[in-house]
Amino acid sequence: MSYPASGAGSGASLADILERVLDRGVVIVGDIRINLLDIELLTIKLRLIVASVERAEQMGIDWWRDDPSLSAGARRREVDRENREKNREQHELARENAELRERIAALEGGRDALEDRKEESP
Amino acid sequence: MTTLENNGRLTYAYAVLRRGARPPAGLVGIGEAPVHTVAEGRLAALVSAVPAAEFDQPQVRERLEDLAWLEATARAHRRVVDEAAAEVGVLPLRLVTVYHDEDSVRAALVAHAERFGRLLARLDGRLEWGVKAYAQATEGRPAAGHEPAARRPAAEAETGREFLRRRLRDRKVKDSARQEADGLARTVHDTLTQAAEDSRLHRPQDPKLAEAVAASGAADGDGHAPAGSRAAVVRGPNLLNGAYLVRREEAGAFAERVGELAARSPALRIELTGPWAPYSFTDLPDEAP
Repeated sequence: MSYPASGAGSGASLADILERVLDRGVVIVGDIRINLLDIELLTIKLRLIVASVERAEQMGIDWWRDDPSLSAGARRREVDRENREKNREQHELARENAELRERIAALEGGRDALEDRKEESP
Repeated sequence: MTTLENNGRLTYAYAVLRRGARPPAGLVGIGEAPVHTVAEGRLAALVSAVPAAEFDQPQVRERLEDLAWLEATARAHRRVVDEAAAEVGVLPLRLVTVYHDEDSVRAALVAHAERFGRLLARLDGRLEWGVKAYAQATEGRPAAGHEPAARRPAAEAETGREFLRRRLRDRKVKDSARQEADGLARTVHDTLTQAAEDSRLHRPQDPKLAEAVAASGAADGDGHAPAGSRAAVVRGPNLLNGAYLVRREEAGAFAERVGELAARSPALRIELTGPWAPYSFTDLPDEAP
């Protein structure tokens, strides 16, 4: 390129180019009528984004999925997770409780047996 | 339909210029086709032949949704318009302005002669510069004082809830930093507006667009592979997306001014692009005689 100052800028990214040639410049209708109304432009951009979000995920860029402020899904998952955690805690407590009861029962059983034996052998 | 008569070719118009203006020689357009001028009255258009198979209805609508095709077309369009603009005054046309043949281009030049002439006179000798300001990533700023490490259970990772609370606090800190950066961005715009002949504020560029383009693996303007979409994330939100109309001979001074502003505003990341043809200034108000 022959621009005297092109090295000064950061160079035009494709996003910058699309932004300019899709949204700006003189609109005159050619014979081949393309209705580049803003809504349609928006559609193009949205599809670009949608197509690329999938790509981004394939590349492992999915931080936004787990941010509750960005993703309703993440918020939902967060609530689910908390509920699951609570349930798990309760289950855990109940299980521990039952286990302790069993152990106590076993100990008591052992003690009773011991006492029985003592009584049997005077 | 003239399509068949023209051997399956249509005429793509890139820009309008004054008749007799000499754009750089050897411009190539879409599909590497040579660009030439079609003159009518006091105006001329930069055109090249494009295949009807791609640009006729309804194919072209579908093509616009094809990122690879859109990219190639947009780059070629930009190259022709901006390389011509670097040397002569041009009026950039919007992407995909296509005619059946060169006679139709002449008819369009006649139909819009008055408006085109006025815009060209107003824009003659000026180029557009794009300046974007982004909030600088504030990851280095901890949510200090909120969470003494000693209060955390020793040798135990944060629970999900603690993690999320910390994230929320971090976000609040970032919000105030963001307001500060917003104010700085406004100052940058005001200063550059004074340094330029005219300016336009565009809506902030959707970071998703830049990310999307980066994720598509497209190379940037210099042909380098993009740094990756993570770079777009780290760059922070776009706070200023301005276009500035600057006289060709004042480009150096303008770029210097941008450099000064960038040096003075560490909370912002300021990017300069250009020179562009005056894409953002084709809406100049009608100056009724």
